[in-house]
Amino acid sequence: MDNHEKTRREKHFDLLTQSVRDVNQFLHHQLPASEIERIEIANPNGLHSIAAGMDQDVVIDILGHAGYFIAGMNKQAHVTVHGNVGWSVAENIMSGTVRVKGHASESAGASGQGGLVIIEGDASSRCGISMKGCDLVVGGSVGHFSAFMAQAGTLVVCGDAGPNLGDSLYEATIYVRGKIDSLGADAQEEEMQAADIAKVEQLMAAADMEGDASGFKRIASARSLYHWNSEDPQEY
Amino acid sequence: MTGPIHREESALIDRQAIHYIRQAAEQGLYEIRGMGAKRPLPSFDDLVFLTASASRYPLEGYREKCVSKTVLGTRYAKKPLELAIPITIAGMSFGALSANVKESLGRAATQVGTSTTTGDGGMTPEERESSKTLVYQCLPSRYGFNPDDLRKADAIEMVLGQGAKPGGGGMLLGQKVSPRVAEMRTLPAGIDQRSACRHPDWTGPDDLKIKLEELREITDWQIPIYVKLGATRVFNDVKLAVKAGADVVVIDGMQGGTAATQQVFIEHTGIPTLAALPLAVQALEEMNVLGEVQLIISGGIRTGADVAKALALGADAVAIGQGVLVALGCNHDSYRQGDQEQDATADYAQLGTAPGFCHHCQTGRCPVGITTQDKELEKRLTPDVGAQRLENYLQVLNMELTTLARACGKSNVHHLEREDLVALTVEAAAMAKVPLAGTEWIPGQPSNGII
Repeated sequence: MDNHEKTRREKHFDLLTQSVRDVNQFLHHQLPASEIERIEIANPNGLHSIAAGMDQDVVIDILGHAGYFIAGMNKQAHVTVHGNVGWSVAENIMSGTVRVKGHASESAGASGQGGLVIIEGDASSRCGISMKGCDLVVGGSVGHFSAFMAQAGTLVVCGDAGPNLGDSLYEATIYVRGKIDSLGADAQEEEMQAADIAKVEQLMAAADMEGDASGFKRIASARSLYHWNSEDPQEY
Repeated sequence: MTGPIHREESALIDRQAIHYIRQAAEQGLYEIRGMGAKRPLPSFDDLVFLTASASRYPLEGYREKCVSKTVLGTRYAKKPLELAIPITIAGMSFGALSANVKESLGRAATQVGTSTTTGDGGMTPEERESSKTLVYQCLPSRYGFNPDDLRKADAIEMVLGQGAKPGGGGMLLGQKVSPRVAEMRTLPAGIDQRSACRHPDWTGPDDLKIKLEELREITDWQIPIYVKLGATRVFNDVKLAVKAGADVVVIDGMQGGTAATQQVFIEHTGIPTLAALPLAVQALEEMNVLGEVQLIISGGIRTGADVAKALALGADAVAIGQGVLVALGCNHDSYRQGDQEQDATADYAQLGTAPGFCHHCQTGRCPVGITTQDKELEKRLTPDVGAQRLENYLQVLNMELTTLARACGKSNVHHLEREDLVALTVEAAAMAKVPLAGTEWIPGQPSNGII
């Protein structure tokens, strides 16, 4: 790509001199009418809501550590954070991919409805909370109450899981390779089937992660809390 | 030989307490029901207006104009809401209510120039299409919440709690989780659905500020953001909502309704609307944002007099839920089919209740077709009938409101003021912070010696 072509196809922002609001306004309004295929955002320096509300098939590279709600409600875009992120990266993701090269704080991929979220490092507590159909692959470990009340979609954890994994699960499925501290209410370990191994392999491949998919444990809902039950007074 | 039966009911273990204990003992589960608090509480009925006489000059009731236009969301949003009346429709979900009802709400609100609100379960196309001004709720469950609907909304309401169950999550029992409701909520049909009580992606007021900024970024700072709070620690909560960046604060008092929650929540949590409103106003005053951040009050608003008193105490608008449902036919003894009224009392009896006493929204077997997802029951309220009834009701409320405002000498309903009110009971005087009628005494405040 020559320089002219690069200028036409790529755009660079620097958050030392430009505001998140200006960047997001460009991404929402000017980008769709342009031929830009790749956006580079330098110096995120812990700022919040970068690339929130995307609805465009474009590559976005955020060059450094970023704050809360990065790529919130993402549609179509393929966002990579070359650093760590704060709370709720890719919350309510609808489609596209959001990759964090470092670690993620709490509630990564919260309420995600579609698309793929990849955390290459560790994710903190409540990872995948309230998931509604997205897929989430964590290269490291996840903290307590991950996949809490998760309704649909898949959480793959290559490391360990903290306490109360999958508490009050609905129809989401969790796969964990390492140690599970404890399961939450109504979560149970189930036997890995061929379809589970295939699913983990598919998501690991999509996340560009390596490893043996057969070594995972499958966690799903026991569905004992789907209807009111006086035998389980503490669960209501 | 038997003598006359002596009946001395215990004030402590009365028939209601016996019923409660018996039910708990037999079933081993607490009661879940709909609607709001049923116990007697200090309310707007305990206030009266000091309308004009010699010391105040009234406006001609049938001739002179009285403005009711209401603008909400002027703080940060590029497009604040402009409503014709200060009476809005509170958030109620598709799922709790039928699709016909949601359409009725939208059509009536559009006709009278006000807003309606989604609920826990997302935005239906019928609701968006029928509502000129639609407020989109962001709830802890995030059922059906998505960026496309967010951008179609005219305002966002970040719900931290509601008056019927502050601190508690929602629930929708399996009989109302129809295939369509289940699909919108990404849940299996027929399960008892529990909604979370905390948001999944933020915790605490500092996070809330960042969350609201994210929503503004996604919607390009165009539309207002409300923060809705169940009335508990109102003074501090309102301050935190303002600090977090709310354009509008909504306070829902303990008389506020619900489609289903534990009875213990409905009757034993939160504070009355009458007590909550002055605390919210005081918080706005103390933060010097009165007029900049608008205040909506809800929880048991039924009449034009309630609306007028709420505005006089400092609200910019009210939101109504239960009154709206009653206008549509809730607790009526009949429902309309064509030109005929059909008796519904047998259906109430099947639920173990009667017209005027029903709070069985949670069953999904609403005898008048309002709080149901049953295809046959839904037909008992058509959008045509529902929209017309509700339009009439809202118009009556606004006419009553302007009548009282004119009588107080106000050419704008927003000019009603605390000074126009006195209280009929000591409790109401203390809560509303207006004088007891016939005195200048406001309990809890220094007296100037005039009694």
